[in-house]
Amino acid sequence: MLVSAARVGTLPRLTRGHMSKGTLFDKVWDTHTVRTLPSGQTQLFIGLHLIHEVTSPQAFAMLRERKLSVPFPERTVATVDHIVPTESQARPYADGLAEEMMLAIERNCREFGVRLFEPGSGKQGVVHIIAPEQGLTQPGMTVACGDSHTATHGAFGAIAFGIGTSQVRDVLATQTLSMSRLKVRRIQVDGQLKPGVYAKDVILHVLRKLTAKGGVGFAYEFAGSCIDAMSMEERMTICNMAIEGGARCGYVNPDDTTFAYLKGREYAPKAAAWEQAVAWWRSMASDADATFDDVKCFAAGDIEPTVTWGISPDHGIGVQESIPAKDTFASDEWQTIEEAYQYMDLRPGQAIAGVAIDVAFIGSCTNGRISDLREAAKVITAHGGQVSKRVKAFIVPGSEAVKVAAEAEGLDKIFTAHGFEWRNAGCSMCLAMNPDKLQGRQVSASSSNRNFKGRQGSPSGRTLLMSPAMVALAALEGKVCDVREVLAKKAKA
Amino acid sequence: MSRILSVSGRGVPLRGNDIDTDRIIPARFLRCVTFDGLGEHAFADDRKQLTAAGKTHTFDDARFVGGEVLVVGGNFGCGSSREHAPQALQKWGIKAVVGVSFSEIFFGNTVAMGMPCVRLPQADIEAVQAAIEADPRIQVTVDIEHLEVRWNGGKKAGATMPEGARKQFLTGQWDATGELIEGIGQVRITSAKLPYVAGFAG
Repeated sequence: MLVSAARVGTLPRLTRGHMSKGTLFDKVWDTHTVRTLPSGQTQLFIGLHLIHEVTSPQAFAMLRERKLSVPFPERTVATVDHIVPTESQARPYADGLAEEMMLAIERNCREFGVRLFEPGSGKQGVVHIIAPEQGLTQPGMTVACGDSHTATHGAFGAIAFGIGTSQVRDVLATQTLSMSRLKVRRIQVDGQLKPGVYAKDVILHVLRKLTAKGGVGFAYEFAGSCIDAMSMEERMTICNMAIEGGARCGYVNPDDTTFAYLKGREYAPKAAAWEQAVAWWRSMASDADATFDDVKCFAAGDIEPTVTWGISPDHGIGVQESIPAKDTFASDEWQTIEEAYQYMDLRPGQAIAGVAIDVAFIGSCTNGRISDLREAAKVITAHGGQVSKRVKAFIVPGSEAVKVAAEAEGLDKIFTAHGFEWRNAGCSMCLAMNPDKLQGRQVSASSSNRNFKGRQGSPSGRTLLMSPAMVALAALEGKVCDVREVLAKKAKA
Repeated sequence: MSRILSVSGRGVPLRGNDIDTDRIIPARFLRCVTFDGLGEHAFADDRKQLTAAGKTHTFDDARFVGGEVLVVGGNFGCGSSREHAPQALQKWGIKAVVGVSFSEIFFGNTVAMGMPCVRLPQADIEAVQAAIEADPRIQVTVDIEHLEVRWNGGKKAGATMPEGARKQFLTGQWDATGELIEGIGQVRITSAKLPYVAGFAG
């Protein structure tokens, strides 16, 4: 099936038996195609290559082994985020293995002439937060990074792929990748979100409906009036989790919101080049009569504050709902669902609201930006209480720049006054490669992106994904609560 | 580089969908600058938990020791892009994977490593898994040239694999670096045409 926007009311048009046409994905793919390889794969030019300390050392080792150089060093930018401690950042790090990885990326960047945004530079942070922040991520580009959440950069109308280490080697050695074209599915979200419903809830809702594997083989184009009305930071939250739906990349067409965000950022075009850039960026957006391989529509007004109850990011339910019965899923999912009940120690029919938590984590490439911290602070202020005695709550800004901005607004004071710890920038307990980890069977309320078994550092630790506002409230109450209740109270007062 | 036309070996049946790369290799084992030694940590936490519960994970099951063809469910390798996951499987001894479906990034990693992954419909996967469980000594053959999986003497099922990746295995170009470097002249031409590469000048 294929659909297009102009012809059928607001519904986009589907292609019939052909690939999508006239979409941003197609335009970016075509302008970045170097040639067709003998295998039939495309040799695709990568405009921005981002690297970090975890998935790059072996790639540099392979370059050395094969005596290869980096022909476009100015198109790669490095930072450190995964293993960086968020408390003491004094070197050498207490973790000798983490220190070894730091030394490796420092040496590799020096030796191959790659820019490195180090801690203390003012530009360090989660790789998917700093590149947009610095104006490096721009519309119409291809972006690659050895990290699955590279999809985040699609918020700018870039086509951004997560890759593995051998492919990091390929990009370093040639600035290209061998790839095959994706199909394009338009995900149209129309209407207005209800109060207390955030971008995180939108993507958790989409994942729930389309499943964790529904997007395999697709790029997701997020569109519709709800997405159009979103800020860049909200769009980044949405595109970030496209990968959790199986889509290797997600994107939003660039518009005035995109350009306003980019204007004046350090690596964004300046002076005469700015106008040229905006004209080209606009031309890369999907055409009004573009055709898609598939279209899925959602009504923003149907979306509730959403919480995951299971072990896959598509296990989301509205905060007022109960844990779903096994037979509401396809039969090939039953084994996973049974495993989820057992691992999470939750029963079908049990309400998700009221489930007790031990740890609250606000941060990550999904929700570690300034607007996320502002929303959390709003909820904390509206509630007025202290972090529950049973909960350890900590807030990790996504970058050094986010930290500076939050402190300038006094958000850190709000957090610490209510019992939250305020940390330094990094990936932290999203994947727990640094000292921030769950212990034993602890349950965390987390603003991150994955609730996989063992994801947050304890092999039996449990994760409930939700918006930063919902995490903040869960921290204060010691259990999962509906953020609308506290927001409504504040509105009345 | 060597052509990979088919892979034969004893099978390793691993049931379940959406087995993510955090489970294949937990993040704490990523604190390293080489892939050496990852093999022994494959499925470390899943194995430990099953052992503690008095059960046995496939990777600890003596019947499947020395198996080379992993047989899995849907969306295998989803989540994190970490190549450490397929590297851990390869270093554990796996040479090919047969599954209902694979996550895109995981699949790309396995091509670059020369470890073919082919797809079979759910019913065929269950048949292969059951056959291996019934007799772990049977040979499972992943034939990339003829796109089929054969097991237990005469049984076979038609497999699928994206054509580009299949050609890379059949021609020995699964490690793409050499081919990509050959195109470096054209890479420079393509990059020069992209307005942002020139800083939107002119």
